[in-house]
Order: sequence, then structure tokens, then C-alpha cells
Amino acid sequence: MTALAAAVWAALATVRDPELDEPITNLEFVSSCTVSGDGVAAVRLRLPTFFCAPNFAWLMVADAHDAVAAVPGVTRADIALDDHFVSATINEGVAARAGFVASFAGEAQAELDELRAVFLRKAALAGQDRIARPLVDAGATPEQLAGARLGDLPPSADLDRLRRRRAEVGLPHGPDAPLLLHPDGGPVTAEQVPLHLRRARLTRVGIEANGHTCRDLLAVRYPEEVASS
Amino acid sequence: MYEKDGEKYFIVDSHSHFWDASRENWKPGAEQYAKGWIDCFYGYHQLGPPETHWDYEKYLKVTPEDFERDMFIEGHVDYAIFQSTYLKEWYTTGFNTAEQNAQLLDRFGDRLIVNGRFDPRDGDAGLKELEADAEKYGLKGVKLYTAEWNRGSRGYKLSDPESYRFLEAAQGLGIKNIHVHKGPTIWPLDKDAFDVSDVDHAATDFPELNFIVEHVGLPRIEDFCFMAVQEPNVYAGLSVVIGGLMHARPKFFAKVMGELLFWVGEDRMTFGGDYNIWVPKWQVEGFVDWQMPDDEAFTDYPRLSTAGKKKVLGLNAAKLYDIPVPPELRLQTSAGDQDKPGEQLLTEAAAAGSP
Repeated sequence: MTALAAAVWAALATVRDPELDEPITNLEFVSSCTVSGDGVAAVRLRLPTFFCAPNFAWLMVADAHDAVAAVPGVTRADIALDDHFVSATINEGVAARAGFVASFAGEAQAELDELRAVFLRKAALAGQDRIARPLVDAGATPEQLAGARLGDLPPSADLDRLRRRRAEVGLPHGPDAPLLLHPDGGPVTAEQVPLHLRRARLTRVGIEANGHTCRDLLAVRYPEEVASS
Repeated sequence: MYEKDGEKYFIVDSHSHFWDASRENWKPGAEQYAKGWIDCFYGYHQLGPPETHWDYEKYLKVTPEDFERDMFIEGHVDYAIFQSTYLKEWYTTGFNTAEQNAQLLDRFGDRLIVNGRFDPRDGDAGLKELEADAEKYGLKGVKLYTAEWNRGSRGYKLSDPESYRFLEAAQGLGIKNIHVHKGPTIWPLDKDAFDVSDVDHAATDFPELNFIVEHVGLPRIEDFCFMAVQEPNVYAGLSVVIGGLMHARPKFFAKVMGELLFWVGEDRMTFGGDYNIWVPKWQVEGFVDWQMPDDEAFTDYPRLSTAGKKKVLGLNAAKLYDIPVPPELRLQTSAGDQDKPGEQLLTEAAAAGSP
């Protein structure tokens, strides 16, 4: 792989399925990625079913376009979603930078920023379970959990991820920010900790169960290429 | 009836189909959608145990004999409830209409219930059709696809004023069970058909009706649970949950069941095998054998007892549909009682000032 091709792949790895909160490269949604000698990056994407929700599909294609086009040395980003009931509309709309509403005239009333924010807030809630659960298992009390600050916690990939999701959606994410926050950014009192953690875990279970189902369906749909995990 | 280890289970499959996805029925000009739809289902089919997989051609359309064998002879099902799914924009005679389903009533009418459907975008003509169907089939329930395509529209919400007209009409006709498809594989644009908040509105405003959220709102199980805990007349329809996860992802199946048992409770969960996505046999047998894992990660989930399994597999739905249950198979369930499943949870949360 050339350095430019590697940089394009790295750029694609920053693109996430907004609902599953995972990179499209890990999810095997990128079926091919090539870069020509004159810097044209050609990327093909695929999804677990023909009827995957077009709003999420749009976000992934548009994000892939933006990420790849921003790689120094790429002269053109050519992103194509295959085998989807609105592939053509999405591919043409993203390539023309027409926006979601204009591309789906009459069928969509709003751009997708709020949709993205909803799922970022969910990811930020689910991320609290990933950090807090080991603390609960180690005997942390509700008071301790309610008082825990991000800066007090041992460094981990999950902590970095939680901080990034909060930053993206405008929630406190610095060292002084509480570990536990309601989705609206309000603090969680010690009395609220048990139910809050139940909600955080439920949200995480939902996201992770969906991620696995999508992997299973993708492996069924593209059995030659996808290894079922 | 299914018997295992001396325990007898009365089985109501509350979410089943008898579809025609054959090529002859693909609507000219819309073949790719007709194919795409059934291909999605075929993907789900393959998440079941390999020995239960059918070839694609058989999957497109099964016979009444297949149905009888798969449901009643091998499938342990005492009563099946047919859900109607029209999709007439893609399938010439409809994918799975009430009329199609009703063809089997002659043969299996003593253990088959046909549910109807409505679409608020059909207006007065739709209301008339609902009335006629209610009379013809004695409807006790309907299945609603809020993301169905209808003359250029790609969806509606249960909270729309037109939907309320239909819900009022349904209630007047004695239809009390409203199954709502909130689940995977559909296509909303920004009219998010996965969003369950419209069910929340309708459930509050129609306390006499039961709202069975099929597929428990997957992929948004958290939204479903937060809503269901507050609405006494909302039920978790387990179609797709058992079929799609129990074999393919047992660990996540256990987690999802644990969450549902905590938030919704065993009196508000109904089994649906989702024939002919899958056959019920392995689902019923697997569910009876299923235990919450003993690992650390599952310790604070409620356990599902044998009595709980009996309720989920049949007794809850039997109560919602007034299906007679032989005395020796009965058990007390609060399904249909309109009590508050999450009362304690809500009280605690309120005391703690939870938003």
C-alpha cells in the first residue's frame, strides 16, 4: 500500500456508523479502496441490508467523502455506496454536495445534524457504563461515582472515546467534568446513580446488540468477503 | 402445547405471517424493492440455526402444508396470530394481506387469528376498509407499519391526527391490540420510523388499547424501555429478538432479555416466532431451555422462572386475545391489567429527583 493509500484508509477509519458508534472500516462497510497515480481515491461502501435507513447511509457516505477529500495528495474523492435502494440518490447528492434535503426533495425536511447529535448523546451515555462498570465491580459507592471526575480516572481507550463523544456534542469533557452526566449535561446525584447506571447500561446493550446484528447480516449478505466474528 | 421436564407450556405465536414474495407477485417496475425486501428477510432467516435454513426459492412462498407442519405439527404452537403486511407498492397482490391470511382460516380457524391493518393516509376509504375487515374477520388486533410506502409518502406517525381517527375507529370496532412494527430493515428518511415516541403519545391517549411494540423497538431498545416503563398498556413483542439473537448472539440475547425483564417485566412480553422468517420449533425449545448466564456481567438481571416462560410463550398473549387456555396450563398474569409495571422504579426515580 502506498503512503497515500494508507492515509486514505486512515481517514476512512475516522468515519463512524452514527448509530453503532464504530468505524466503518471495523464494521467492514468499506468493500474496496484504491488510489490512482494522479490522486483519485475510489472508495466503495456496502451495508448489511438493502433497506438500511438512508439517513444513516447518507451520513456515512458524506463523512467518507469529507474525510477522504481532506487527505493531502487526494485530488478527487469518488465515494460510492453499492446495493442500496437509494444508492444513486445518495451517491449523486453527496458528490454534488447537494445536501440531504435537496437530494431527497419532498421526502426529507431537515438536515441530519440533530440526528447525529441524538446518537452522539447516546454514545456518551453508553460510554459512562464502560468506565463506571469496573468501578462498581471494584466496590465504588454511589457517592464516589457521583463525585468522580474524568481527570481522576486511569487513562484508557474507553475514556478517550467518552471524552471525544462529549466534545463532539458540546458536553463537558475536561479533567474537571463529572464522569456521570445526564444526557442533557446535568450532574447526577448519588441518589440518582443506580438508575442512571441502569440507563447507561441499557443504552450500551442496545448499541452493541445492533452492532452485532449488523455484522451478522453483513456476513450473510457478503459471505465470500466478510468473516463472521 | 410443548412439554419439557414435566412442565407444560401453552404456546401462542403472536406474530406470524404467510407471505407471497414469489417473483410472479413482484410488481412491474418495483421488482428491485420487492426483491430487496425479501432479501432482507432472507438475511435474518440465516441468523437461525443452520439446519433450519431453507433455500431461497422455498423462502419466497410456502404452502399451507408447510405452514401446518412448521407451526402446528412440529412447531408446538397452540394458537397463531397472523399479522398482515400489505406493501402493495411492491407486491401486486400484497405481500401478506388479511385476505391471504384468511384463506387458512377454513383449515385452521380453531387455532388461528387474523389481524388486520390500517393506514391513516388512506383516509375515509381506509376507515371503510377497516370496518369491513373487522366485520369479516372479527378483528381483535391490527399490525401497523408506520414506515410503509403509500403514494409518495414514506411513513406516518401514530401520533398524527389522522392516526388518532383510525385508533378511535379501531377501539369502537372492538379492536384492542395494536401491534406496531418498530424494528430493523426499514427505510425512513428523516421521518424516523424507528422512533417509538409516537407510540408513547398514543398509549397515553388510548389507555383501553394495548400497544405491542414488535421487535421491542430494536434498534432502539433503550427508547422503547424508557417508554414502556411509564406506559402500563405497552408490551414488548419478542419477534426478531428470539429469532435474530438467541442462536446468533446468545450473550447479547441474554443481555437484551435481562434489560427487558428489568424494565418491562415478564407479564408484558409476548413471544412471536415471525414465521416464515423462521420456524417456531427451535425458538420455543431454545427459549424453554434458556437460562440467564451465571457470569458476573449478568448478576443483577432478573431471572426468568418456568412460570415466567409460560407467560411469555403464550399466557400473556392468550389473555390479550381472550384465547381459551386449558385449566391445567393456566397461571396468573397481569397482562391486560393496566397496572404500572415500573411503578417502583418511577417512584424511586422521582424520590431521587431524576429527570
